[in-house]
Amino acid sequence: MRLIHLAFVPFLALVACTDPEGGFNGGLLGDSSSWDDPAANAEDQSDPTSQAFFEKKIGNRVLFEINKYTLSSSAKAGLDEQARWLIDNPQYVIIIEGHADEQGTREYNLALGFRRAQSAQEYLVSRGVSGLRLKTRSYGKERPLEICSAERCYAKNRRSVTLLTAGLS
Amino acid sequence: MRLIYFGVLAIVLWTGAVLAQNGPLKIEITDGVIEPLTFAVPMFEAKNIEAAAIATKISRLVAKDLTNSGLFREISANRFIAQRTTFAEAVRYPDWRAINTQALVTASVETSSTGRLTVKFRIFDVFSGVQLGRGMQLSGSTQAVRRMAHKVADQVYERITGEGPYFDSKIVFVSESGPKDKRLKRLAIMDFDGENVQFLTGNKNIVLAPRISKDGKKVLYTSFETGFPQIYLLDISTAGRKRLPTSDDGMGFSPRFSPDSKRIVYSLEQGGNSDIYLMDLATARSKRMTSSLAIDTAPSFSPDGRQIVFESDRSGTQQLYLMPVSGGTPKRISFENGRYGTPVWSPRGDLIAFTKQSNGRFNIGVMRDDGSEERLLSGSFLDEGPTWSPNGRVIMFARQTQGPKGAPSLYSVDITGRNLRALNLGAPASDPSWGPVQP
Repeated sequence: MRLIHLAFVPFLALVACTDPEGGFNGGLLGDSSSWDDPAANAEDQSDPTSQAFFEKKIGNRVLFEINKYTLSSSAKAGLDEQARWLIDNPQYVIIIEGHADEQGTREYNLALGFRRAQSAQEYLVSRGVSGLRLKTRSYGKERPLEICSAERCYAKNRRSVTLLTAGLS
Repeated sequence: MRLIYFGVLAIVLWTGAVLAQNGPLKIEITDGVIEPLTFAVPMFEAKNIEAAAIATKISRLVAKDLTNSGLFREISANRFIAQRTTFAEAVRYPDWRAINTQALVTASVETSSTGRLTVKFRIFDVFSGVQLGRGMQLSGSTQAVRRMAHKVADQVYERITGEGPYFDSKIVFVSESGPKDKRLKRLAIMDFDGENVQFLTGNKNIVLAPRISKDGKKVLYTSFETGFPQIYLLDISTAGRKRLPTSDDGMGFSPRFSPDSKRIVYSLEQGGNSDIYLMDLATARSKRMTSSLAIDTAPSFSPDGRQIVFESDRSGTQQLYLMPVSGGTPKRISFENGRYGTPVWSPRGDLIAFTKQSNGRFNIGVMRDDGSEERLLSGSFLDEGPTWSPNGRVIMFARQTQGPKGAPSLYSVDITGRNLRALNLGAPASDPSWGPVQP
């Protein structure tokens, strides 16, 4: 955790200097490339060490019950697979994003997203993924995957997403 | 003659022929049904040709502000008997009584070659046949037409209701664009009536829940500028911003100013858990206020700066809690059926506004600070995030529509629950924060 944090510092400082508007888009930790980026799908899924393989074949999402951040047995099973793959592919650093559905106030949902990301992170660590590779963030209800206002969409939006980024050299 | 400086506008109270302060013309704002008070705003007299268009604009804006408050009803000009020509001539009360006008506003408008605008106005209690308070003179730049109109309307509102003014105020909010799953958000500021929108940030990073300081000069908000939510402080006049140092290993969000703008309360996430912290802005030192295993967020100061109200799910669901700023055990104040969030203390200190979720709906409501006398003022698929007008009479909030194209817009409602109005901004908007009446 500390190692990653330190590695980020010069990167962020550089951004602050180059963009007076704070427009920080599409960078390693930027907004636009983070959640479910279709660009990742273009990558070859047949390469078992690829980001695309992880997203499509292993699965990078875990779903949660309404207002809950505890992991169901199927969530744990999904994270077990993620953990195995992440251990085999140590070249990636990982950001776990927590999300909420739209049925909640904005700041509560942000806090709930943190809870969900933390649950996923703690489970991955318990399965042997190094905590030094992991970082969390929450988007609350700001980035729904599905946009209808019904439980079938909400169920998919209450999620954590395990996001891979290229290792920082 | 008494000269009062109001920043860009100078206001002169000048002694009219009749002084009748606190005359019989009065609206008592209570919970009962009220009959709007009727008023007439005959076209303001233009003292020079160049002022004609401005005189028309100001008189219509004054009428619009009063009408939109829900407390006044305009008598339209086509019913007027008296055809006033000059501001100086005496009011013919019988002509106004005959068409049931209770309040009359007359004014003159003058512009100078140097771009100076001067508005003189008087307010009359028609049925008593007296002038209500003293005449007033406003002067400022011809760029300040709307503000002058709001100041005139504020005077009418204040003298007749006995409540503080609120028309000449600004609101910071989040302006939204783009599809629901890739929404772009940027901070913006506008006049209380939705005019004069100006952007304070770009839309490349998600920004959330801005809160304006009580002096109207600064804004606290949460931004994903670093890729992670963090708290920023923005100066409105320069749009310059800086990130506040909350913690090295956590994420800050949900900030709000103390009444003197010297401190902030906020939530800090560490290890998945969110607690309330207090930061002194001068030293950037933070002090932890809550340490529960639950989500503690959305803190708001009492107007005397001594207490905070916040939401916590420590009981199992979101509820509202009070605690002294000096520390102590939080005391739960919400007990009705439902989940309570986003508490905001009224500037008058008498009420706390909140968002309530129950039976699959979201409501904006108010309660006393002991949780008593709860009243719901609105309800829909998703109403959220109340903010108080500077006089504590009106609440603005965001209402989001349902479905794939669902988007938020801003609404206001009187604290009596009457006069629910949508603010038409032409683009989705959320997270309003109402600033002070401008100097």
